[in-house]
Amino acid sequence: MQRYLELATSFFETPIDLRGRLLVILAAVVLMPAFFTPLWNLSLYSNQFPDGLELNIYSYKLEGGKSQNRDDLKEINSLNHYIGMRPLIEDDFTEFKWIPFVIGGVILLALRAVVLGKMSKLVDLFVLFTYFGAFSLWSFYHKLYVYGHELDPTAAVKVPPFTPPMFGHETMANFEVYSFPGAGSYFMAAVPLILFGAMWFSRRAEQVKTYKTQG
Amino acid sequence: MKTTITILMGAALMTFFVIGCGGEPKGRGGARSDVQDAALKTYVAPGDLDEYYIFKSGGHSGQVYVYGIPSMRHLATIPVFTPYPATGYGFDKESKDMLGQFTWGDSHHPSLSETNGDYDGRWLFISDNANNRMARIDLRDFKTRQIFGPIPNVSGNHCSSFVTENTDYVLAGSRFSIPLPRGTYEKIEDYATKYKGVVAGIAVDPKSGTMSLGWEVLMPPFDYDLGDAGKGPSADWGFWTCYNSERATGKLEVTASQKDRDYVVAVNWKAAEKAIKEGKFKNLGGAKVIDPKDVEGVVYLLPAGKSPHGVDISPDGKYIIASGKLASITTVFSHEKMLTAIEKRDFTGNEDGIPVLNYDSVKEAEVNVGLGPLHTQFDDKGFAYTSLFVESAIAKWQLGTWEVVDKIPVSYNIGHLAAAEGDTKNPDGKYLIALNKLSHGRHLGVGPSQPESSQLIDISGEKMSLLYDAFTEPEPHYAQIVKADKLNPIEVYSKEENKHPKAIWDIKDSKIVRNGKNVEVSMIAVRSSFEPWKIEVNQGDKVSIYITNIEQTTDELHGFGLNEYNINIVVDPGETKTAEFVASKKGVYPFYCTNFCSALHQEMQGYLLVK
Repeated sequence: MQRYLELATSFFETPIDLRGRLLVILAAVVLMPAFFTPLWNLSLYSNQFPDGLELNIYSYKLEGGKSQNRDDLKEINSLNHYIGMRPLIEDDFTEFKWIPFVIGGVILLALRAVVLGKMSKLVDLFVLFTYFGAFSLWSFYHKLYVYGHELDPTAAVKVPPFTPPMFGHETMANFEVYSFPGAGSYFMAAVPLILFGAMWFSRRAEQVKTYKTQG
Repeated sequence: MKTTITILMGAALMTFFVIGCGGEPKGRGGARSDVQDAALKTYVAPGDLDEYYIFKSGGHSGQVYVYGIPSMRHLATIPVFTPYPATGYGFDKESKDMLGQFTWGDSHHPSLSETNGDYDGRWLFISDNANNRMARIDLRDFKTRQIFGPIPNVSGNHCSSFVTENTDYVLAGSRFSIPLPRGTYEKIEDYATKYKGVVAGIAVDPKSGTMSLGWEVLMPPFDYDLGDAGKGPSADWGFWTCYNSERATGKLEVTASQKDRDYVVAVNWKAAEKAIKEGKFKNLGGAKVIDPKDVEGVVYLLPAGKSPHGVDISPDGKYIIASGKLASITTVFSHEKMLTAIEKRDFTGNEDGIPVLNYDSVKEAEVNVGLGPLHTQFDDKGFAYTSLFVESAIAKWQLGTWEVVDKIPVSYNIGHLAAAEGDTKNPDGKYLIALNKLSHGRHLGVGPSQPESSQLIDISGEKMSLLYDAFTEPEPHYAQIVKADKLNPIEVYSKEENKHPKAIWDIKDSKIVRNGKNVEVSMIAVRSSFEPWKIEVNQGDKVSIYITNIEQTTDELHGFGLNEYNINIVVDPGETKTAEFVASKKGVYPFYCTNFCSALHQEMQGYLLVK
């Protein structure tokens, strides 16, 4: 038991090598575009809208497709009101306030890990970020659930409560709905992978060093 | 007895033909086409778009009709001088104010705005022969945005609305000379001396398109009929034809057809502009009018074959082509020879101080086109096409050789004709449309009030060939054809561009405000309700309802029809319009959405309660 604790302690004390530090910087850099690109994309197709109504969810805003002749967000809300769904408005999304803040925090923590150069800081970052990612996904799912379930009982068209698709395709009334992660989500997903890589390389470097001194 | 037998035999033969030609068209005859070729050239498959727009004047309907070419499908009617319930035009305060005192007009000649002698797709101007006005349609939204007039001194604005090559001016003039200023009385016996015509240039603001008074030239009491603006070398000139240089009154079909030659009027509008700037004008009826007796160098007359109708400038601007409708020739004048004759003062007389140029010095050619020539259009290969009313045909002839090379019959009695981009410096060729005056039942019977016929003709080859018959409500006079990609009309007014002071965008802002006997309602129309839906007023109140359609999607229009109050408003997406009326009748009056909007369109309704 004591041996494992000592091993763990030594693992957490492992310094991050140059390659590892560069990877952490890369993770911080990769996180930046996640702020500017959509995290999720919903497309709704029907006979009336063969080109699809588009809805993009960013870390800080909601944006419908917009052309000279159409405002998709306004149109989606106009259509949803018939089934009693609340209009999608940015003020209802508390996520838009805290997600950008957390992203900024994570970038700072990553830079801190680069400067301090200890495995423990990387583990903190990895765990915190994974938790943040998982919580965001749950929060998004919960939002979809609430929008689809808290329908106005006096709505003109009564539909059974539903959860709009989070991943993939579904037919809803006269619409074919496609929901997929946007570019931002892929950037976010890359971060824990890069961090894991940084940990892996640093650990290997340390093992090689130990082996050489002992050997 | 012999006659009877002939008729009977004739009838038998007819029966034979009808039975024997089961697959043939059953129309009343007239021009025919090669069916397969015509079908392939005009078929626009579902979902596909036409290649050209044609804007046809609507004559005494007061409107403009828009069709697609080559499908010849009717796409839209743009109301101009006449209320049009389908779009709510003439019912809301904004368009009612624009129409003013008149409920009709006689829209004659549409003219697309030009830049460097090519259509630029910005505006369409159209003249009103009845009430002496000029309208401007904005091609961004296909809406009439200005009705200018009645233009001072202009009486019967027929010889209008031709634009100069950079839309500096839209031309106007008098078809019916009267004593000036308008409102003056003079005995009809003094017609020759006391009655006057004018030709005019209406100035156009290059940015906004807003029309204002430019210059006017006082003219002898002839009937100014048609016109065209010069291009290229003749860009500084405006041209008009006239009949009744006899200065006759009464039965004009006789009295105005006595002389062998009338005139083409040539006005140097740059000189007119200069004269106005130098103060060489008099104020007449509120306009700055140049009297040719006092100012030299502004206006000249070119003698032209008997009672000329159309005058058209060739694409290169070198030739002035006038057709004498009671002659069988079209006269081609050389602009260059005209300038030389003016310089040499080669005049043969004058009319009220206006020099008449020597016909033989300015004439380039007389083209033997056929009977009753009216108007000429052009293609991209140096050919001209002249409509022949009496002959019911179109003659194709070559500029330069002045030889007629082809002729095609039309059904029937062609007036104007329009070629693709035909009034520009660079015509496209390809299509020509014959705007015929009589259709003589070449369509399913619709009673005695018959539509007019427009025929699409392929002019891409050596021989003209008929492609399609289309029918239009009365009555297109002239039309212009523009390449579709020059226009990019909007379908939604964005929230940002709505500058109406009473526009609201949130249902929370809808309200009813009373101020003495004035009730102002700020209303929202959105799928599928009006907010407020209940308006309570007292009998005699003046009610203003400002309706904003807050939709931002194409084709989501909402209407506002108020029963028995003669109110019919249609509001486009993003637009605000005003219904203004006095609640004169007591009781409860429903209002409802007139323009089908959604699955719950029928539910979109409310009540006006008048106590």
